[in-house]
Amino acid sequence: MTEFQTFSKMKELMTAYYFEAKTTKEKPIAWITSGAPVEFLFAMDIIPIYPENYAAMCAANHQSVELMEAAEAQGFSQDICAYARTDFGADILQGGPVGGLPAPHFLLCSTNICKTVIKWYEVIARKYDVPLFIVDTPFVHDGLTDDLLEYTVAQFKDLEQFLARITGRPFDHEHLAEVLRLSQEAAAYWKKILFLARTVPTPINSLDSFIHLGPIVTLRGTQGCVDYYQALYEEVAGRAADKIPSVPGERYRVLWDNLPVWFKMRRLENFFQERKCALVVTTYANSWGGLSNYEDEEMADPYRLLAASYLNVYINYGFEERIRYLSGLMDEFSLTGFIMHSNRSCKPYSVGMYRLQEELSQRTGRPGVVIEADQNDPRVYSDAQIEARLDAFIESMEAAS
Amino acid sequence: MRFWGGIDVGSLSADAVIIDEEGRLLGHAILPTGRDSREAGSRAYAGALEAAGLTPGDVVRVYSTGYSRARVREAEGAKTEIACHARGAHALYPDVGTIIDIGGQDSKAIQVGKGGRVLNFVMNDKCAAGTGRFLEVMAGALETPLDHLDELAAQSTETLTISSICTVFAESEVVSLISQGKKPADIAMAVSRAIARRTVGLATRVGVSGRVVMTGGVAKNRAVVDLLAEILGAPVDVPDEPQIVGALGAALFARDERG
Repeated sequence: MTEFQTFSKMKELMTAYYFEAKTTKEKPIAWITSGAPVEFLFAMDIIPIYPENYAAMCAANHQSVELMEAAEAQGFSQDICAYARTDFGADILQGGPVGGLPAPHFLLCSTNICKTVIKWYEVIARKYDVPLFIVDTPFVHDGLTDDLLEYTVAQFKDLEQFLARITGRPFDHEHLAEVLRLSQEAAAYWKKILFLARTVPTPINSLDSFIHLGPIVTLRGTQGCVDYYQALYEEVAGRAADKIPSVPGERYRVLWDNLPVWFKMRRLENFFQERKCALVVTTYANSWGGLSNYEDEEMADPYRLLAASYLNVYINYGFEERIRYLSGLMDEFSLTGFIMHSNRSCKPYSVGMYRLQEELSQRTGRPGVVIEADQNDPRVYSDAQIEARLDAFIESMEAAS
Repeated sequence: MRFWGGIDVGSLSADAVIIDEEGRLLGHAILPTGRDSREAGSRAYAGALEAAGLTPGDVVRVYSTGYSRARVREAEGAKTEIACHARGAHALYPDVGTIIDIGGQDSKAIQVGKGGRVLNFVMNDKCAAGTGRFLEVMAGALETPLDHLDELAAQSTETLTISSICTVFAESEVVSLISQGKKPADIAMAVSRAIARRTVGLATRVGVSGRVVMTGGVAKNRAVVDLLAEILGAPVDVPDEPQIVGALGAALFARDERG
């Protein structure tokens, strides 16, 4: 990982966040999916807790296997998302980096990231006997339509009433406006940071951005999140100006599609460093920059803005749009190739990937490779097999250059 | 005269070749990898040198390939098996368009362009379905030596199906067919068809074009090769010694490095 000064600030921020969540007596706790409209929660002073983020932390700390085994022992199939299994296990054993998550008062999930979350959150709702609010975000096949926006906005209005009932006070629209502003500001910094990777050589690589995702996922809508990314932006921008590479001797510039392999961060980092290959941009980290995409007059309505940005996430849109987006990144970031992580856990992210690879290679004339791995389950990962494929991919970039 | 070497240490076998300036094959050796891959590579190399009537001092440079390529003591450089199979097959068949390589623990299809350049490739996912190991396990269940499996399949008269793609489940299928009193020849044929179908699926994904060449140990199984050709609807060429194509490619890369 590139050694950013700012990193210690992130640790402080995340520790304070989990500490407050574990100790608070006043604030309600809501478990929430990574792509759900958290702004409504912060508007009502509710602490959002992200089981996905926690599961990733467990895997990065090499604790996911034990937790998944506990879930599997209770009958959860190995074919279920490894995040879900890790979290079920953490809940059963009260294990993981912070000794399990604080119990939820209610749950909020959104289907823009997958449909697994519905069943996953139903399991939690039953176990804790708490209410579950589902924001149904339909798949965007051919661009956003008014119908899609209105359907989603209507659910936001229901969500406000739901939150008013839970907290016993009227929904705070003024606070929502403030939270939304902070959320947009953080997303804008995040996007600017990721865009600094257009610099050759890149001052930040994708393994860095995976690590630095924590606050934008969990704390967007807070001032602390804005401050953090502002500081990180300034540091990375300084490095870009000074041409300090994140991968010394950068020779290849590559896109990474899909989630990281959390339990292999260190090994993959060394692997890519040795080969002077920088992972420059990812569809995954980019997903949290969306809120800053809308500044037009037509998006003056905050509800429509939120609806648009939560519908318009990479894995919630169709094949043509994905191809168009990926091809754009290949040029914009001056890439020499792309890696697609066919992720056993994340089916909606991985479906159609071989077709996507073929199409993207044809359109851009640049090589790509698909690796079969998993975001959280080391038991379905083989170093030798993955690295043989990655080496062959790097050879093909070498041959093409 | 100057000579170059290639050593391919895979999961099941260690193969080595010696070539001359023209890329002509002077000697080769194929040995089981066993538990010490470094030692296996050295022994295969010694065997190839002996077959060529040469000593290590005669060899300018050695390249390695295969899963244990980084562990080969004699090698000055390494290339992946994908690049090496493409290079080696192209040397043997200059008009090759598609390579199907089935080794011990993986199978791959490679699309080859001009000069043996890799255009695209696909490999099996992490499971052993459709690999040499699959055949090895099935041969074990049939109590037939691996290199006799195709002779056995040739005597098949009844069409049976192995439906599972998983090596472990397919083995239970074989065992249950045996217990149903099915003929070993028919089972051997069903096993060969299972691996051929799986491989065609892989090859189709990368796109089959031009001359199709099959390399790797499984190419020695005539039944699998014939079934592949039948399902693909195209002839499949197999080099005289398909197992050393990767090592040959490595030797050619060693020769082409300047100096």
